Amino acid sequence: MLRNICRYHRQFGLVIWPFPQGHHVPRLSTHLQKAKYASAITERKKFYENVSISQVDGGLFEINLDKRKLKTPGGKLFTVPNEALAIAVATEWDVQKETLKFYTMHLTTLCNTALDNPTQRTKEQMISAALKFLETDTICYRVEEPPGLVELQTNEWEPVMNWIEQRYNVVIGSSSNIMGPQIPEETKETFRQHLHSYNFWSLTGLEYVITQLKSLILSLGLIDRHLSVEQAVLLSRLEEEYQIQSWGNVEWAHDYDMYELQARTAAGAMFVHLSSESTAVKRKILRD
Amino acid sequence: MAALGVCRGILKEIRIAKGSGYKHTLIYKYVLEQFRRNQVTGAQLCRAQVEALHAAQSYLCLLSSTRLHLHLHLRYHSPRADVRIDQAAGLVGLRLPKQPGGKGWET
Repeated sequence: MLRNICRYHRQFGLVIWPFPQGHHVPRLSTHLQKAKYASAITERKKFYENVSISQVDGGLFEINLDKRKLKTPGGKLFTVPNEALAIAVATEWDVQKETLKFYTMHLTTLCNTALDNPTQRTKEQMISAALKFLETDTICYRVEEPPGLVELQTNEWEPVMNWIEQRYNVVIGSSSNIMGPQIPEETKETFRQHLHSYNFWSLTGLEYVITQLKSLILSLGLIDRHLSVEQAVLLSRLEEEYQIQSWGNVEWAHDYDMYELQARTAAGAMFVHLSSESTAVKRKILRD
Repeated sequence: MAALGVCRGILKEIRIAKGSGYKHTLIYKYVLEQFRRNQVTGAQLCRAQVEALHAAQSYLCLLSSTRLHLHLHLRYHSPRADVRIDQAAGLVGLRLPKQPGGKGWET
């Protein structure tokens, strides 16, 4: 399941699924709708000048491209629960130049996935998938040679492992054999309860981050603000960085992948944070 | 102060992305407002401040990474890039090998 989502997001950066001919397709009313996501591969021309947001009843925010409201690929009205996310999505649309490059609009993609839920995921399924990922977590897999890489893994990954074991009071452990670590049931239960506290949108974002970083531990480290995005990406790509140090950096592959990973992870982290927070301003009265 | 660096970084990214008139965008006003809001706090270790700083750093990473990724994509992985690489190879008298194309060769 997680692999499918990864392929989903990786391919076109936009949630599209082809409607096969002959099926009853909900009639998309406007030319805008049909044209916007007509083809997965060709880029669309920019068809609007101004982007703005508006608030509707229920505290939801919508995005307006000129006079028209943005819709998801599934035809639903594009609504987000808070203003910060709305502004960020509006900015993504705003900075597009003559052609729309959907693969740069990561927050929009995430919102579309959360709103449409094309694969019909439930919270339970997402939590189970995330826990399943723990068994193949990157941080848990250590090598035994070359010694440089072993040392790098110990120095960089051990602190994160210690942090998460302490923070959640669990036992995970690492292993260097092909079977991987044995995760005790209590650990899984603790994480299950923790993940339950996130709402559906946050879980969508978290699942995305996990697929990008290939590690539940690093994702939790990022979401709990123990790591920054750059640090988490570096730790995820530790072996590649080691090879780059030995063999040199290739811009069109290494940097390209790194920036893409950073962009997607940053988008995912922002999505989770914005979907799960609520701001309140407390004013204190100063007394002389 | 880390926050100042992050703030300037974000504003610079917005300026690069939008060109002139970036000061009138929603995002510019929102970012400045957020940074001002979190400046004053009564507590010594303000959790909201730490959270806001982390969020700001993430957003800066998002903006700069998308820009650099797009830059590299256009440079190396787009149809225009093939033309450029062809010309570069032609300068030294080499030709690019013919790729079969078709399925699996989309960039």
